[in-house]
Amino acid sequence: MKTFTLSKLMASAAICAVALTSAAHADPHPDAELIIDGELKLNVRAEAPAHLDGALPELYSGWLFRTDETRALQMDDFENPAILAVEAGAELWETAQGATDQSCADCHGDAAESMKGVRASMPKVNENGDLWSMEDYVMNCQTTRMEAEPYGWNSSDMRNLTSFISMQSRGMPVDVAIDGAAAPFWEKGKEMYYTRFGQLELSCANCHEDSWGMMIRADHLSQGQINGFPTYRLKNAGMVSIHNRFRGCIRDTRAESFAIGSQEFRELELYVASRGNGLAVEGVAVRQ
Amino acid sequence: MSEVKPRIRLPRSVKAGQAAEVKTLVSHVMETGLRKDSSGNIIPRMIINRFTCEYGGEMVVDMALEGAISANPYVEFDIMVGDATDVVFTWYEDGGAVYTQTEQLTIG
Repeated sequence: MKTFTLSKLMASAAICAVALTSAAHADPHPDAELIIDGELKLNVRAEAPAHLDGALPELYSGWLFRTDETRALQMDDFENPAILAVEAGAELWETAQGATDQSCADCHGDAAESMKGVRASMPKVNENGDLWSMEDYVMNCQTTRMEAEPYGWNSSDMRNLTSFISMQSRGMPVDVAIDGAAAPFWEKGKEMYYTRFGQLELSCANCHEDSWGMMIRADHLSQGQINGFPTYRLKNAGMVSIHNRFRGCIRDTRAESFAIGSQEFRELELYVASRGNGLAVEGVAVRQ
Repeated sequence: MSEVKPRIRLPRSVKAGQAAEVKTLVSHVMETGLRKDSSGNIIPRMIINRFTCEYGGEMVVDMALEGAISANPYVEFDIMVGDATDVVFTWYEDGGAVYTQTEQLTIG
């Protein structure tokens, strides 16, 4: 009897092992293409950059991991709820602020030209040698040039304006610099990516490098790419910034998270962005 | 995004006797009346409570909206195309404000 139970156990263990193997990398959508309004094709697959050293076989946008319905929302600018934020951001672009009574447009002119490519290269090292995210550049303009009260890092005005600015790079490949002055920040970001946090002792890599394509409870794990940010999350019914998403992820490991706009998150943003070098900037994505 | 702004999309052109797909979206907070502000006071309800569409003078959609409908309500439907080209969309807000927009169908 004992032997029988044991062999039965072993048999079910074997079945489990088989099931686990086949469930691993229950892949992103094999052939869906992201074409906006039937006109603009965005690359949702790309060759992995050399610095990844084989950690990912190919890059996949988070769009490929979502349901048919969620993917469809992003294929039509009329249905994409994030476009409302882009429109609100376009108004802010023209709105005069502060003691100088100047708007973004007064200096930067037509965003379609002056802001083209900005999202694709952020975050980057500024002229003083600090690593800055797009939000830092906006706040710096507001305080030093406009002499205005800066938007909060995660305020709705900031998310609307960064949505509008990101939209100007839609379709361009992500291309953040990781060498030269950016190298030490990138190294720190990489170290953070592979550091386990929280009571659950999970690093970014545990989910987004080792287990992408698998289910974590009811959620289909993506590669954790940030080429679609700022993103409209159906869960929040609003725009979500990159740092807000980082904070949520680290919180979910049951850790005390870093603050939005912290140096740690800027470095992580640089490293995570570099893992998506080659994917299209999606301007404003829609996710679950 | 607090401003109420209707958006409408009609097909570029349709033929009489066929169905035309109509997409509408209105930016609106759809405040439920159940939430409280930081000092604990109830934020009064402010929603779009009715949406209508008239085609050629005839009511083709009359919809009651409730507090559980999320912000920026999106409504999509088909209308059977006849000879008329006028399509009138109306959103009714709590407090009596009415937002109307008229669009033209291109029949050909």
